[in-house]
Amino acid sequence: MDRMKNFKAGFIDENPVFGLYLGICSTLAITTTLNSALGMGVSVIAVLVFSNVIISMLRKIIPDEIRIPVYIVVIASLVTIVEMLIHAYSPSLYSALGSFINLIVVNCIIMGRAEAFAGQNNVFDSALDGIGMGLGYTFSLVAMSLIRQILGTGAIGLSNPFTDEVIFNIQIIPSGYEISLFNNNVGAFITFAILAAALAAYKNKKSKEAKQ
Amino acid sequence: MGEIFSMFIAAVLINNIVLAKFLGICPFLGVSNKLDSAFGMSLAVIFVIVGASIMSYGIYYMVLVPLGIEYMMLITFILVIATFVQFTEMVIKKYSPGLYKALGIYLPLITTNCVVLQVTLDNIANEFNFVNMLVYSFAVPIGFMLVLLLFATIRERLETSDIPEAFKGNPIALVVAAIMALTFSAFAGLV
Repeated sequence: MDRMKNFKAGFIDENPVFGLYLGICSTLAITTTLNSALGMGVSVIAVLVFSNVIISMLRKIIPDEIRIPVYIVVIASLVTIVEMLIHAYSPSLYSALGSFINLIVVNCIIMGRAEAFAGQNNVFDSALDGIGMGLGYTFSLVAMSLIRQILGTGAIGLSNPFTDEVIFNIQIIPSGYEISLFNNNVGAFITFAILAAALAAYKNKKSKEAKQ
Repeated sequence: MGEIFSMFIAAVLINNIVLAKFLGICPFLGVSNKLDSAFGMSLAVIFVIVGASIMSYGIYYMVLVPLGIEYMMLITFILVIATFVQFTEMVIKKYSPGLYKALGIYLPLITTNCVVLQVTLDNIANEFNFVNMLVYSFAVPIGFMLVLLLFATIRERLETSDIPEAFKGNPIALVVAAIMALTFSAFAGLV
């Protein structure tokens, strides 16, 4: 029961992006399309799960004083592997995400979970925590990208990152009526602010109900 | 000289690291409550970026390239940054307690500031020569400082304004950031 609660916390109550304000940089930068949001989400889940598992396995061996450098090396190695895989198998995703693949290293979510969770818990729980938090992050990216892509380009689409084959592409707003502001940096900040405020409003309401 | 100047302006105003490239948002939201702390953080960031850039640039061309292990770049650079930050903290603590008091608490935070890592990676990706590298690594944190200071002054005013409950804190700060990004987009095409 507790595990399920931990797992679910990452989505709404402790949403890493809109609730805890972790990993904001990449959220703002790469959510212009659904494709890159999903690509980034999957990369982060992969790095997060493996770093949690490895750090959890090594937690009794790593001396306490040098744990942060050890975590950094583990995470940086995993990110290098992910970057090479994306570069080799999905050039389009590689160019869409750009330097933000490398910047997964300094994504606070990964370091934060290593320090707060994986360093104290067993391998299975750490893996589960990695998946939960990673899905929470991906969920936030997808929410942002849906709003920005629909308002910014008027269409929503998804294509296979390996072959660039279009899976679906639906025009929702007729062309000429899209708000291109949402494609650039201003739209990113505004969308983020509104989603964060929505989550805060939901939490406020819940805590008020709990008081009564 | 003209080329260096236009590079400087482009890095500070047009491709501003916070508003146009979305990097360093965490310290941007975290320490912009007070003008003093924003200033301290910016100074620490300038110092660390210039230092870490010179070191990582040297290590890349003198160690990684001759050995043919460029793929170790990311791991090396993040370690260089972490070491440099730790080292700076120790030196400042020993020789300048006054400066340590001003910068002390911000220094450890800088390791996870994505601006530092991005600048060191940019220096290599853009194949800068040594002078360009220096200018770029100085200009980017200057842009960070400019935005952070502007933002801190606005935020001090926000404290006393009437804001809807849900927007209090970070959401309203991001709305302000959006308006600042809109303003800064007017600089596009300056050089």
